[in-house]
Amino acid sequence: MAKLKVDGKEIEVPDHFTLLQACEEAGAEVPRFCFHERLSVAGNCRMCLIEVKGGPPKPAASCAMGVRDLRPGPNGEAPEVFTTTPMVKKAREGVMEFLLINHPLDCPICDQGGECDLQDQAMAFGIDSSRYQENKRAVEDKYIGPLVKTVMNRCIHCTRCVRFTTEVAGIAELGLIGRGEDAEITTYLEQAMTSELQGNVVDLCPVGALTSKPFAFTARPWELNKTESIDVMDALGSAIRVDTRGREVMRIMPRVNEDINEEWISDKSRFIWDGLKTQRLDRPYVKKDGRLQPATWGEAFQAIKAAVAKTSGDKIGAIAGDLASVEEMYALKQLIAALGSESIDCRQDGAALDPSLGRASYIFNPTIAGIESADALLIIGSNPRFEASVLNARIRKRYRMGNFPIAVIGEPGELRYEYEYLGAGTETLAELVSGKGKFAATLKKAQRPMILIGQGAIAGEGGAAVLAAAAKLAGAVGAVTAEWNGFAVLHTAASRVGGLDLGFVPGANGKSAAEMVTGSDVLFLLGADEIDLAARKSGFTVYIGSHGDNGAHAADVILPGATYTEKSGTWVNTEGRVQVGNRAGFAPGDAREDWAIIRALSDVLGKKLPFDSLGELRSKLYAAHPHFAEVDAIATGNGDEIAALGQKAGEMGKSVFASPVKDFYLTNPIARASAVMAECSALARNNFKAAAE
Amino acid sequence: MTMREKIEQAAARYPDRRSAIMPALLIAQRQHGHLPGPVLEEVAEILGVERIWVYELATFYTLFHTEPVGKFHLQLCDNVSCMLRRSEDLLRHLEDVLGIEKGGTTADGLFTLSTVECLGACEMAPVMQVGDDYHGNLDIARIDALLARLRATVPHSIGADLAAAEPPGE
Ligand code: SF4
Ligand code: FES
Ligand code: FES
Repeated sequence: MAKLKVDGKEIEVPDHFTLLQACEEAGAEVPRFCFHERLSVAGNCRMCLIEVKGGPPKPAASCAMGVRDLRPGPNGEAPEVFTTTPMVKKAREGVMEFLLINHPLDCPICDQGGECDLQDQAMAFGIDSSRYQENKRAVEDKYIGPLVKTVMNRCIHCTRCVRFTTEVAGIAELGLIGRGEDAEITTYLEQAMTSELQGNVVDLCPVGALTSKPFAFTARPWELNKTESIDVMDALGSAIRVDTRGREVMRIMPRVNEDINEEWISDKSRFIWDGLKTQRLDRPYVKKDGRLQPATWGEAFQAIKAAVAKTSGDKIGAIAGDLASVEEMYALKQLIAALGSESIDCRQDGAALDPSLGRASYIFNPTIAGIESADALLIIGSNPRFEASVLNARIRKRYRMGNFPIAVIGEPGELRYEYEYLGAGTETLAELVSGKGKFAATLKKAQRPMILIGQGAIAGEGGAAVLAAAAKLAGAVGAVTAEWNGFAVLHTAASRVGGLDLGFVPGANGKSAAEMVTGSDVLFLLGADEIDLAARKSGFTVYIGSHGDNGAHAADVILPGATYTEKSGTWVNTEGRVQVGNRAGFAPGDAREDWAIIRALSDVLGKKLPFDSLGELRSKLYAAHPHFAEVDAIATGNGDEIAALGQKAGEMGKSVFASPVKDFYLTNPIARASAVMAECSALARNNFKAAAE
Repeated sequence: MTMREKIEQAAARYPDRRSAIMPALLIAQRQHGHLPGPVLEEVAEILGVERIWVYELATFYTLFHTEPVGKFHLQLCDNVSCMLRRSEDLLRHLEDVLGIEKGGTTADGLFTLSTVECLGACEMAPVMQVGDDYHGNLDIARIDALLARLRATVPHSIGADLAAAEPPGE
């Protein structure tokens, strides 16, 4: 610990702190442009100047100077720094004047206006007129892809964007070319950026040089309503803020959640919002004469009632989709049970996860933040870059700290960090389980090894055996101990862990998702669009959901539901963390929140569910499954369950693992409705070769 | 030795291949005369580093040329010592006799004229660097003699060929 005085106030801070951090600790505000907690220190904007007593007679860049660089006074007094002296003020005003020399001052037509660091600092340190008479420099705008818009005259060369892509995203795509007055930020020959995290540079850019292209000129930040919520594009449950104007979602931004997404979100989470407005189901439909036709809620319910009356309970089934919230799955589960069926499934992909094996067998036990304390990683059947981009950034963060051997079994892919490729499938895994191979020894030697199991490894027939083998491996290499559980199941669906927690899986006499497609008379699809319905030749299909996607096309009755921004709902992320998303706006037209649809339907079917409001539903839900009440907490898995699962390991057969995410940009119905995502997907398929604008 | 071998040899001296971009660019520029896109990409590929890193360096240093330069690159110092010793007159003279402006290249592709910061040889100011050589204590007569000498090293036809030739890699 180091002692120092900031503006006369004595504080003690850890030795590795910079002066900027120390000043903040003391409650003094220090303006900055280039410094960012999560990026390396660049020290090139000079806005953070402070005065150091006894130091050189010039202001010091506080972000680039450590407290351990300070010298005590002649009599051993604590070193002193000042943040409000005339010297500091003058220095900062000087820096600001320089920064504004070449800045276009086009705030009235700049999308950053209202949330711009430069604008804010200019209010504090700017002078009202300029002494600069010469021509300002002009920089051509660059094409860097369909997501990030550039207005390069505004750039102040803080290099935050360069450091982000290089350090966090793991692919150095942006760079600073030229020098001095000719310095410019660009990608190599203005190629489109390829990172799935590139949208974050929009937030990082302290000025309006990099802004959101899809959001361009659509709204001012101060006219937006901000709703804090949870993302459902992958199974991480990243913290987001949904900005709406009226009932329209205008943009989505990340919020800080150190445990999950730090302050990053993937491009899918950020740029999905145009998909919320297109392909929407805004009224019920009923199939008449072979065609889906608009209908009233009453007609739709009656059609379902007639179909249900014609069959017996065991011929009814329900499949929950990847975006469903816990509440609606709970309501649907009650309804199906009341109709006398045990056929329910939330695993559209047929993943061999079984809640009866215990929670530890299907959650990401080490937690996302825990990745940082792991010391070896084996990835089985997963491509975390596409399945959970933000989690992949966390793996990269750990990788950058060093001493972190990583190996992959499955498809070899560019993961943004180096790894050892072991093999393609079960045979390699079997070898590792039997202790053969160098990496088995590496895992064994590690104190906190992590075994990441993707859905690609455990979907399909041999899935259960693969899961058991992974558990056995975890046991064999000591990945599960009293203080560490390195058995990490990475999900791709936001709804999945919640569904498994609820027991939204077939009962003893129930059918699995695939069996229901062919073998059920009445099938309820709760936003289930990823399952192949081609095999469903007969039977009555009810689709409850928000978008006219695969499920709706196969439906006999469509009940229009709400998307994640239009309802309050609980989602459980891959770590098993319970989180509640909030409603930012209302669903369009006649569409309703899904739980309410199911509740209303239950009445018509004569199986009235015992709740009239979301609050009542939740109290029933919490009574049955108390852990859902513990919002933001993880009900930890029990390590013994992994040991028990490992006991089951047997013959795996021969198969190779493939990641379930074939196209990162198009994994769910909202994404498939989004024009922005479609453009990104086309670009990615074309290997990011687009003509520069 | 091929360019690749030379670059590999240089890279072996550095703990990190990114650090070898500078010597690699020098080698590439010696070979190609300047550094057009395809050459930068080749350097990035040989070293296995990001292209943008190579591009950043190539554009940052004035000694690297991403645009074609003449066979002889005349780099006249215009910093204090040389200026006091009338380097400005020399610049004007060079512009006159070569018929180009500062930054330009003669039509025959022989000479590119630029001004540079202190060459670290103030004791023989005014100084001009041509290729790897320094020429000091210059005056107009010496400049003329130097240009004549440089011209003489090139058979007459080659100058014309150089002008007509496509820049490498493009
Ligand atoms: S574009 Fe923005 S983030 Fe990048 S260097 Fe310029 S000001 Fe900084
Ligand atoms: S914040 Fe310290 S120099 Fe930029
Ligand atoms: S000023 Fe010209 S060589 Fe130093």
